[in-house]
Amino acid sequence: MTESVGLPPPGLILVLGGLLLPLLRGLGPAVALLLPLLTLAAIWAIPHDLVVTLPFMGQYDLTVLAFNPPTRVFATIFAVMAFAGALFAHPIAGLDSERGRRWRVELPAAFVYAGSAICVTFAGDILSLFVFWELMAVGSTTVIWSAGTKEAGRAGYRYALVHFVGGVLLMAGILAKVFALQAAGVADPLALHHFFFGAAGFEGLSFGAGDAAAWLILLGILVNAAAPPLGSWLADAYPEASESGTVFLSAFTTKTAVYVLMLLFAGTQLLIYVGLLMAVYGIVYAILENDMRRILAYSIVNQVGFMVCGIGIGTAMALNGAAAHAFAHIVYKALLLMSAGSVLYMTGKRKCTDLGGLYHSMPITMTCGIIGALAISSFPLTSGFVTKSMINQAAADQHLALAWFTLTAASAGVFLHAGIKFPWFVFFQKDSGLRPPDPPWNMRAAMIFFAAVCILLGVPGVYGPLYSILPFPAAAGETLYAPYTVPHVINQLQLLLFSGLAFFALLPVLKRTLTITLDADWFYRRLFPGVWKHLVRPVVLAFRELFDYLFGHMPQMVKDLVYSPPQESAMFKEWGLGGAMVVITGFLFAFLVLGYIAV
Amino acid sequence: MSLEDPQTIRKLWIGSLAVLALLVLADFWARQDPHHHAHFGIDGAFGFYTWYGFGVCAVMVLVSKFVVGLLLKRKDTFYDD
Repeated sequence: MTESVGLPPPGLILVLGGLLLPLLRGLGPAVALLLPLLTLAAIWAIPHDLVVTLPFMGQYDLTVLAFNPPTRVFATIFAVMAFAGALFAHPIAGLDSERGRRWRVELPAAFVYAGSAICVTFAGDILSLFVFWELMAVGSTTVIWSAGTKEAGRAGYRYALVHFVGGVLLMAGILAKVFALQAAGVADPLALHHFFFGAAGFEGLSFGAGDAAAWLILLGILVNAAAPPLGSWLADAYPEASESGTVFLSAFTTKTAVYVLMLLFAGTQLLIYVGLLMAVYGIVYAILENDMRRILAYSIVNQVGFMVCGIGIGTAMALNGAAAHAFAHIVYKALLLMSAGSVLYMTGKRKCTDLGGLYHSMPITMTCGIIGALAISSFPLTSGFVTKSMINQAAADQHLALAWFTLTAASAGVFLHAGIKFPWFVFFQKDSGLRPPDPPWNMRAAMIFFAAVCILLGVPGVYGPLYSILPFPAAAGETLYAPYTVPHVINQLQLLLFSGLAFFALLPVLKRTLTITLDADWFYRRLFPGVWKHLVRPVVLAFRELFDYLFGHMPQMVKDLVYSPPQESAMFKEWGLGGAMVVITGFLFAFLVLGYIAV
Repeated sequence: MSLEDPQTIRKLWIGSLAVLALLVLADFWARQDPHHHAHFGIDGAFGFYTWYGFGVCAVMVLVSKFVVGLLLKRKDTFYDD
């Protein structure tokens, strides 16, 4: 069924509705809770075979609404997440006026961000996908900035810078591919299926070392997937957002990247190794970290590593596992960050060294945090157990020894760095003397909702509906995957509880210190500015004196022709990130203009 | 009962170690099950998941702390101007 005009994509309900929220004044917070539910209903009401296209530049069609195999599972969880996030961020009248003021910026931005992510999952052509992909960057940057602190301002700039660079890479790759398709006489060069580079999965195309377009597109997506060394923006920026902002941020950018990777690069072997690197990197950095929300940020990279590895494996089992795990991950990660956000909101403290002993006075926050910690660790009877194990199973089925042993080690490491470390240092460890109560009702409700989802998804029989919306559903009468076997349950418990033993046996080594661990962001936060300040700038200034001397002895007329000295030394002042961003935005704009002219 | 009480901590350790011992014994049960498969040989060794889980975690902690940490750890005021 194809319609040339008709329904807008369901994500636009959130994007446009979100932008209208500040105008609704007192009604805004209530409407904010309805919009995600309306979006969810729309996602499910649209027939699976509906395709909506818009004419573009006279010659081409943009497909703004189409169901790809992983669309439903990703769009569904994005809408559910927008609801839980809005509930967590809900401003209670008269309780905290600063939070209320922040809400008017943060929530519309978060809805633009979430709605664009949903639009990406419905995009049927590469240009629509790119437009919403970039709109996500705008929304998420605004979410970070809305925290209103100096640190958030700076981290937001760095975040925007990295995402603009990622966007440029992606756009350059898209244009290269579109030009090549046009040169080959393809009538619909924007159609998404031309960009399926994966060796397996949805289409049988492959790409090699010389295919620059595929590499640029892959790099652009891996920036958003937070693959090291391109992913240090995540742990840099996410923990600087507000307690509710970080909850939104944890869900959409990396998981949209997982969705697009799954669509375009399923079965690309390189992704197995990228995923394994992410899984191990996340653990090592989280072990060393002291900021509770940065621990959880690193563990996002670790978990997305499992999904990226599954996409690299590329079998139906692996892709189902990656999609299901993205679904489960969004819920338990948001839950963990809600728990951490509640602690931050009630105590104003974010470092493990300042926290501890909160079990005395925050029982609901602690219980929900522990449920999230059990789910991320894939304990039996939680969501992680029925999703992540599909990826491990796929590695075993394909006899990928390195992948299987590393994923199994990383599964043990998850319990160590997130499953125990987060609840232990925040709620137990030592008595910090802090006795804050649990947070307001809306934050408690959001946590209880997601804690219930974490458990329900792990209950035998209840996870069936999730399995039924995966990219490769089981044929009638067949079982997609059976997680609850005696050896699987016992082996998983053995792996996790002995990982726990290692944690407590090595507790003196794990004692928190007032430190950070340098990451790739050091290059653009310290090295590049340092090189400019201590190397390039002195050389430029030295040459300026030389020029001044030479030109000072020239006749005035020649001087005017070739050299006009700057009015001030403004030309040589240090370039801030703002200047760099303007240049990069300029590049991006130039690419867009070129693209429009060419297309 | 307070979790800061040394008596409580002692009891928790004893209880936990008992659970771990039971889990090692449960390997006999898992190995008899028709779903039990070893895909790579060594993963079929007795109690593989117990010693592998403990071993890799110990290695990850020690490498993080004494290799990566030694090289890349800085004071958390490092980026503050």
